[in-house]
Amino acid sequence: MSSRVPVLKTYKLYIGGEFPRSESGRSFDYDDARGRHIANVALASRKDFRNAVVAARSAFPKWAARSGYNRGQILYRVGEMLEGRREQFIAELRQQGAGIAEARREVEQTIDRVVYFAGWADKYQQLFSTVNPVASSHFVFSVPEPTGVVAVIAPQESALLGLVNLLMPVILGGNTAVALASEKKPLSAITFAEVLATSDLPAGVVNILTGSRKELLPHIAGHMDVNAIVYGDEDGAEEKLIQEQASLNLKRVVRPRANPESPYLILDTQEIKTTWHPVGL
Amino acid sequence: MQVVQQPYPNWHPSPPVDQVGVEERVARLAARSIKKESKVAALKLALSMIDLTTLEGSDSPGKVRQLCYKAKHLHDALPDLPHVAAVCVYPTLVRVAREELAGSGIKVAAVATAFPSGQADRETKIRDTRYAIDEGAEEIDMVISRGAFLRGEYGYVYDEIAEIKSLCGDAVHLKVILETGELGTLDRVRQASDLALAAGADFIKTSTGKIQPAATLPVTLVMLEAIRDFHLRTGQKRGMKPAGGIKTAKTAIQYLVMVNETLGPEWLTPSLFRIGASTLANDILMQLAKETTGVYQCADYFSQA
Repeated sequence: MSSRVPVLKTYKLYIGGEFPRSESGRSFDYDDARGRHIANVALASRKDFRNAVVAARSAFPKWAARSGYNRGQILYRVGEMLEGRREQFIAELRQQGAGIAEARREVEQTIDRVVYFAGWADKYQQLFSTVNPVASSHFVFSVPEPTGVVAVIAPQESALLGLVNLLMPVILGGNTAVALASEKKPLSAITFAEVLATSDLPAGVVNILTGSRKELLPHIAGHMDVNAIVYGDEDGAEEKLIQEQASLNLKRVVRPRANPESPYLILDTQEIKTTWHPVGL
Repeated sequence: MQVVQQPYPNWHPSPPVDQVGVEERVARLAARSIKKESKVAALKLALSMIDLTTLEGSDSPGKVRQLCYKAKHLHDALPDLPHVAAVCVYPTLVRVAREELAGSGIKVAAVATAFPSGQADRETKIRDTRYAIDEGAEEIDMVISRGAFLRGEYGYVYDEIAEIKSLCGDAVHLKVILETGELGTLDRVRQASDLALAAGADFIKTSTGKIQPAATLPVTLVMLEAIRDFHLRTGQKRGMKPAGGIKTAKTAIQYLVMVNETLGPEWLTPSLFRIGASTLANDILMQLAKETTGVYQCADYFSQA
C-alpha cells in the first residue's frame, strides 16, 4: 500500500472573476488550533485592493442594469451551489475551530440566508419606493438605486455566515462589492468565492481579499472610488478610522443590524432618487 | 532637420526579429519597479508626451473645443503639471483646434492620407494632406498602404511616404502609421519601420487605434530597435509614437523604461517620443493625485477628455 501525498489547496484572492495570487507575492501560514499547518493564504496588498475596486467599478453598470428578477435567479443559483458543497464547507469550518454541530448549523444557516435574500431581489424596490404628496402640480415619486462599489469588512469571529450576511443585501441591490475576509478564519471566504465563480455571477460583482485588516483598512476607508463601507465588527479604533477616512468622499458607513434578515439591510446601500414630474400643465 | 532619403529596397535588408527574445526582453523591462519621486517624474514626463486624440465619425467642433480645453487644463487642482504635447484630430477640425490652442504651446496634429484604411489613390492622399497643412496642422499622422505593403510593393509604399514627406517639408512633422495590427509578424513590422525611416518619416507610429491589437510592448520594442539602428547608421534621430490601447499609467511607464533602455535618455522628450491616447491622461492624473493626497482616486472627480 502506498500512502499518497495529500494535495493541499492554496487559498488565493478572488478579483474580477479570477483567482490571482497577491501582486506582492506575499502569503501567510494558516494553522489550526493545534498548530498544524493547514494552508497558505494570499496576503493581499493595497494594490490588490485597488485592482479589486477597478474590477468592481467596471462590473457595476451592467450588474445594476440587470432586472431584480435576474439578480435573484443568480443568487438563488449561489444557494444551490452552496448546497452541493455542504460537506466541504462543514469540514473547512471544523478545520478553523468549529465543532461538528456548530459547523453544520453555520453552513445550513448560510444557505438559507442566501435563498432568503435571493427572494428579496425583485421585491425590495416596490417596498421602498414611494409616491410623495406635494403641494404643487407635480407627481413626485422616489425609488431606490444602488450606491455603487461597496467595501465589506467581514467580522473576525465568523468564517462564512458573517461574510455572507453582509454581502448578500449589498449585491442583490445592484451594488458591486470588494470584501475583506476574516483575518482569523480566512479559508471559507475563498471557498465561497469558488461557489460565486460557478454561479453565473458576472466577474467583478464580488471580489474577495484575504489579508491584514490593519494594513488594508486605511486604504479601503480612504479610497475615493468606494461609495460605501459595511463594517461588521465592534472595534472602536477601527470604526473611528473608517468614519474619518470615509469623510473624504462622504462614503456611507453601514453597521450590521440586530436582525440579520432585516430588509432594511438592503436599503442601507441604496440611494433614493426622487423625480418631480409636472402634471396638469 | 536635413532629411536624407535613401532608395528602397535597393538598400540593405531588414534583420530578422527573434520573437521569443523580444518577448523575454519586454517581460524583463516591464517588471522594473519605478516608485515615489521617480514615479512622479515619469508620470509627468508621460503626460507631456501625450497626443490627446479624438478620431470619431461623430467628432464635432464642440467636442474638439472640449478636448482642447482639457489639453490646456488637465487638472487645475494639481500644481506644476506639464501640458500635453499635441491634440490629434481629423483635418476638417484642425482649424477649430488651432484657434483653441493658440499660444498654449500645444501642437495640432491631423491624420491624413485616407485615415484609417489608407485605401485611396495617391492623388486623393496628397490632396488630403495638403488640405490638413493648409488648415494649419503642425504635424501629420499618415497611414501607409498596408495592402500594397503586404503585396510586396515596397517601392510603392516608399514613394508614397517620400511624397507626403516632401509635401510636409521641414516645418510639418510627419508621423507614419504602420498599423502593426494588420502586418501580422514582427519581421514585417521591422521591415515597414526600416522602410518608413528610409523614406523620411520623422516619427514611426504603431497604430490608428481602429484595429486590434493596437500598440503593444513587443511591437514597440521592434520599432525602437529600428530607430536605434537607423541612428547608428545615419546619425539622425527619429521619433516613436505608440498609439491605441495604452490606458493605464503603469503601462505608460513601461513604455518609457523601454525607450530609455533601447534608445537612451535623449529620446525621453516629447520631440522624440509620443503616446497617442485619450483615456491615459486621466489615469496618469489620478495616479499623480494619489501621490499627493495618499488616497486612491475616483474618475468622477476628473474632467472627461
